[in-house]
Amino acid sequence: MTHEQLTYLLLGAVGTLELSVLTFIAGGLAGLGMALARISPVRGVRVAAAAWIQVVQGTPLLVLMGLCFYGPNIIGIGSVPALVAAALAMTIYSSAFLGEIWRGCIQSVHKSQWEAAECIGLTRWQRMAKVVLPQALRIATPPTVGFMVQIIKNTSIASLVIGFAELSYNAKVLNNSTFQPFIYFGCAALLYFAMCYPLSRWSRTLERKLNATRG
Amino acid sequence: MKYQFDFSSVLAQWPLLLEGAWVTIQLSFLATVIGFVLGALCALGRGSRHGWLRRLVGVYVEGIRNTPLLIQAYFLIFGLSSVGVTMPILAGAVLALVINIGAYTCEIIRAGIESIHKGQLEAADCLGMSKLQVFWHVILRPAVERVYPSLTSQFVLLMLASSIMSSIGAEELFGIANRIQSDTFRNFEIFLVLWAIYLALSYMMRLGFWLLGQIVFTRRRKLGTPL
Repeated sequence: MTHEQLTYLLLGAVGTLELSVLTFIAGGLAGLGMALARISPVRGVRVAAAAWIQVVQGTPLLVLMGLCFYGPNIIGIGSVPALVAAALAMTIYSSAFLGEIWRGCIQSVHKSQWEAAECIGLTRWQRMAKVVLPQALRIATPPTVGFMVQIIKNTSIASLVIGFAELSYNAKVLNNSTFQPFIYFGCAALLYFAMCYPLSRWSRTLERKLNATRG
Repeated sequence: MKYQFDFSSVLAQWPLLLEGAWVTIQLSFLATVIGFVLGALCALGRGSRHGWLRRLVGVYVEGIRNTPLLIQAYFLIFGLSSVGVTMPILAGAVLALVINIGAYTCEIIRAGIESIHKGQLEAADCLGMSKLQVFWHVILRPAVERVYPSLTSQFVLLMLASSIMSSIGAEELFGIANRIQSDTFRNFEIFLVLWAIYLALSYMMRLGFWLLGQIVFTRRRKLGTPL
């Protein structure tokens, strides 16, 4: 593998990171909204959020990518850059999964905390922001870090329909011109591993710490 | 700009779509069954007395869980064919999916096995059950019962992820749809139809797993709760 080819692969890895970070920020915000909607006092909102999550979790990411890629053109926005289409699809996808993870974390905060917050006269939003969410955050960290690994891996799908130039796409391009799949896909796999494994380890450590303090 | 939706040219291809859906079902079914067996064996290997076996399974599981399915499939299929090992494309797709899902299944079943109380094993020993009997009745079945929900949602995710196999040339639902797309140029309609079919498939699969659970796990009391 020449120097240029390695640079090209690393450039792809940068694209992967870009998309992952964008997804994590936008998907995180959407996921938080989804988690709060899932436990909303308004029945309609709860049902709508649950339906959204059900539908998105039953859709392949590849199909979501296609819808987000061709969709904006149809509704008259015009064609969007590959990065935007990919980030949009990944955001929708993450919102459903993060929403469901975080709902569980919010609901696992002890009931008495909710009641105590109500007793001292906090409004619903104060209760959420000052009492429940800070405690839920601690429980939510390990599975959230774990989901970041899913996000990084799933960005590879953006190379298919959308053709966003990230790590998998660049590796495929290199392979198409050199026909050395073991080298290029092996290197790509190593790069993915280098991004994901530390997060996996971190998630497990956090989980162990959390279990130790709660034990 | 007002877009004129035209589903007729897409829906006219329904025999093809049906065929694709059938291939997707076959792929998922085979990968689920073989992957489950592989995962159960790996879970067993991870608790083995032999250090080398534990480490080997550990490397496999971590390697697979920290790399994307797409790269695994490329590596496997294109890699093997570059050294002269060729196989039918569907066999390759099943192989890639099995290797992938085996690692996830292993981790899930291992969590189930770890949740089984030591006292259960001692009790089984006292009853004079053979090793195989202990493994089947005391370890594997209760472990799988406990993690059944996460296991089945992982398998549904596998079915959805099988769409990625179109990128190595498998003519499953998504691959067929790509073909229709290049015939009709109705990109958005195709994706809407695909969306509906995949949703239907995932609900059918969840229903199937629920029914299977009702048949296989007959106890009505929730596992682990006092009598």
